[in-house]
Amino acid sequence: MHMADALISPAVGGTMLAVTAGVTAYSAKKVQNDMDESKIPLMGVMGAFVFTAQMINFSIPGTGSSGHLGGGMLLAILLGPYAGFLTMASILLIQALFFGDGGLLAYGCNVFNLGFYTCFVAYPFIYKKFVRKGINPRNIFAGSMVSSVVGLQLGAFSVVVETLLSGKTELPFGQFLLFMLPIHLAIGVIEGLATAAIVTFIWKARPEILERAVVGETLRGVPIKKVMVGLAVVTVIVGGLLSWFASANPDGLEWSIERVAGTAELESASGIHRIFSEIQNRVAFLPDYGFKTVEDDTAGQPVEEDESSWPSVDAGTSVSGIVGGAITLVLAVILGWIINVSRKRKSKATKAVA
Amino acid sequence: MSNITNSLYDIGLLDDLARKKTFIHRIHPVMKLLTTIVYIVVLTSFEKHEVSAVLPFVFYPVFIISFAEIPVVPVLKRVLLVQPLIIGIGILNPLFDTYIVMLGNIAISRGWLTFLSILIKSSLVVMVSILLVATTGMDRVAVALRMLKIPKVFVLQLLLMYRYIWLLIEEGFRMAQAYSLRAPGQKGIKMNDLGSFLGQMLLRAFDRAQRVYQAMNLRGFTGEYNAGDVLKVRFRDVLYFVAWSLFFVIARIYNIAALIGALFTGVGR
Amino acid sequence: MSYHKLEVRNLYFSYPDGHEAVKNVSFTIYHGESVGLIGANGAGKSTLLMLLVGLLLPDQGEVLVGDVRLTKKTLSAIRQRVGFVFQNPDDQLFMPTVYDDVAFGPRNYGLDEDEVKLRVERALEMVGIPHLRDRVPFRLSGGEKRVVAIASVLSMQPDILIMDEPTSALDPKSRRMVINLLKGFDHTKIIASHDLDMVLETCRRVIVLNEGEIAADGMAEEILRDKKLLESCGLEMPLSLQRCPVCGTSKKPL
Repeated sequence: MHMADALISPAVGGTMLAVTAGVTAYSAKKVQNDMDESKIPLMGVMGAFVFTAQMINFSIPGTGSSGHLGGGMLLAILLGPYAGFLTMASILLIQALFFGDGGLLAYGCNVFNLGFYTCFVAYPFIYKKFVRKGINPRNIFAGSMVSSVVGLQLGAFSVVVETLLSGKTELPFGQFLLFMLPIHLAIGVIEGLATAAIVTFIWKARPEILERAVVGETLRGVPIKKVMVGLAVVTVIVGGLLSWFASANPDGLEWSIERVAGTAELESASGIHRIFSEIQNRVAFLPDYGFKTVEDDTAGQPVEEDESSWPSVDAGTSVSGIVGGAITLVLAVILGWIINVSRKRKSKATKAVA
Repeated sequence: MSNITNSLYDIGLLDDLARKKTFIHRIHPVMKLLTTIVYIVVLTSFEKHEVSAVLPFVFYPVFIISFAEIPVVPVLKRVLLVQPLIIGIGILNPLFDTYIVMLGNIAISRGWLTFLSILIKSSLVVMVSILLVATTGMDRVAVALRMLKIPKVFVLQLLLMYRYIWLLIEEGFRMAQAYSLRAPGQKGIKMNDLGSFLGQMLLRAFDRAQRVYQAMNLRGFTGEYNAGDVLKVRFRDVLYFVAWSLFFVIARIYNIAALIGALFTGVGR
Repeated sequence: MSYHKLEVRNLYFSYPDGHEAVKNVSFTIYHGESVGLIGANGAGKSTLLMLLVGLLLPDQGEVLVGDVRLTKKTLSAIRQRVGFVFQNPDDQLFMPTVYDDVAFGPRNYGLDEDEVKLRVERALEMVGIPHLRDRVPFRLSGGEKRVVAIASVLSMQPDILIMDEPTSALDPKSRRMVINLLKGFDHTKIIASHDLDMVLETCRRVIVLNEGEIAADGMAEEILRDKKLLESCGLEMPLSLQRCPVCGTSKKPL
């Protein structure tokens, strides 16, 4: 459920990056204060393990299909929340850089969706509660299962919200949610099974590893409320600033408000919106191409009724857009080709000289 | 499990490419990282229906591929591999947004434009991320992260992870092969065996971490990561960043493709 | 120079599960000596090596490097003088490039970057791999990895080198290269190995461990010819000392 750069807006991506940077800095400080530097190589190797485990498929009983481990809960259980979070963040960074899974802008979203909920919500508030009375297979199973499911549901919910706030793709909130949550319920159950299986094995083979993780765990005494409030404040401030910058063009938050409110009728009816867009049109120094005008004029009206008055897109702009687009692409390819050829000639020439 | 070997191949390829010494490779990693980020931010800030205005952004990856001597096919292959997910979500646009717009004489549903725009943007964004690593290498990406004040603990364990991915993937691959040889006609690993399969691997990983820690300790590691001198930023590095950022911003404000088109079709606004 | 001396006195160590791995081990290794440490699997070689660098602390007895007793306080100073090369170079090479890995130790001891560079270059030069400096450790061949691991220790300019199985899992050519390297070093050396031919070539003195105790300590030429002793310790004579299986003649005259 990696989010991709192309589906989010800079405002949402930037906000989540800032939030993630904050949590990362805090976690790094925590790990460093622990003075347990043996954890650092352990994090690195565990990250590599989860990375590998994600590629190993296992068959899901009774379905004939196969799944793989996500690893967020496993990392939290074996390394504790702070080290677990940092490790998850590293895994996602390598996936973004080397494989294009998720992207750099969406990186904050992905770390938050896959790392924060598992390490800082599901682990301390669910898993820990289950194993508090004693580590045994039953408690491990129940704890892993419930925390994995909840962690993934929260993550999936976040994906929906972030996508909608970004407004880069057309998705009705309800339908998207109805699509995402059940899928991630299934994924969560599988994740729970896999996590429980691995943790139980470790507990049987080398119980001291689990005990050590619990001892080294430092969430106790951390004012979790304070952290949450801090995060919320950061989110609001950064999000507000970024969307304010972004509001020169009506994507991002404005779009999502439209969708959350059902239609844009509210705004259009008030007339304020119209005045604003009038001002915007005058002040904006960028030429207003095509569809934006269309949107403003007809937003909220049912499509069918629209047929009679097809939007009067400036035909000239569109045609020059198509032609220009094609020329741009051709130019780019030619440029690449020329550089390539000239480079090869040059290297041949130097070889000949040598 | 062929994706295991694919991943090894991909990491290995990017690593080989990063060792070339073209002028793109020599540009300061921080400036390259920042240029990439500006690129992504500007590109994703476009309106969701925008298609032609996005196209000039092709120049940046083309520039890098050409000057940094990056083979096109493997990079494109990677880009294509990521697309199904994007297509899965993007394809809903034509379904939900059936609003008809006119492009010259062609009537087209606005959803298709959004879909096309998403496809182009995601391809470009994935491409520049991969090109960043292919021209920089993980070690210098880490240098950039350090210079951008990312916590040392994070950078160090990121490097360790990158280092051991190779080893663990090989190990996992060997184990999976051995398993499948003794479990013919079975899709993946049985749920019942999963705990001990991955658990064994995990225990070995733990032991390895222990030995790595000892090796670090023996060479004076006390929890502090000393990365050595930071690379100096030269004038040309800044120039590279500023020039490209300027281009991105201009391309964001003016629809360069449409302007070129207007030049050729003679249709003014 | 007593400076490079390594002394072990009445060393005992048992693991938490009660297994007594090292029992009453004492020996002294003098400056410039090259000592082979041999013994069957589980004889206590690795445990002993770890005790020498303080990765494990003894239950009884003491380790002296130079005239400094190894304790938690002196650990850092001693580790700077004793270089330890791991059996598996993948455990030892953890940085993203060869250069960074060889520089890891010197940087941790707070040297300035010019000095670090000098040391790295000298270490790479010593083992003949300056061309590998920007390579990524995990893409190297087994032999190359081994040599880089040795360089990563040499850059700390230790007086004493301790090696755990330096020739294991190497092809014949790489093995030869490592042997020649070892012969070229004038450090005090302790080499633990099952490769008895290599030990014969690189070490004048041999210590045999059997079930945690020293079974023999003496000249390599003598001990490695003592068929009875070796077999009682789960070892056998080096191939180069065995009689030719075809014609039955001894290769090296006594």
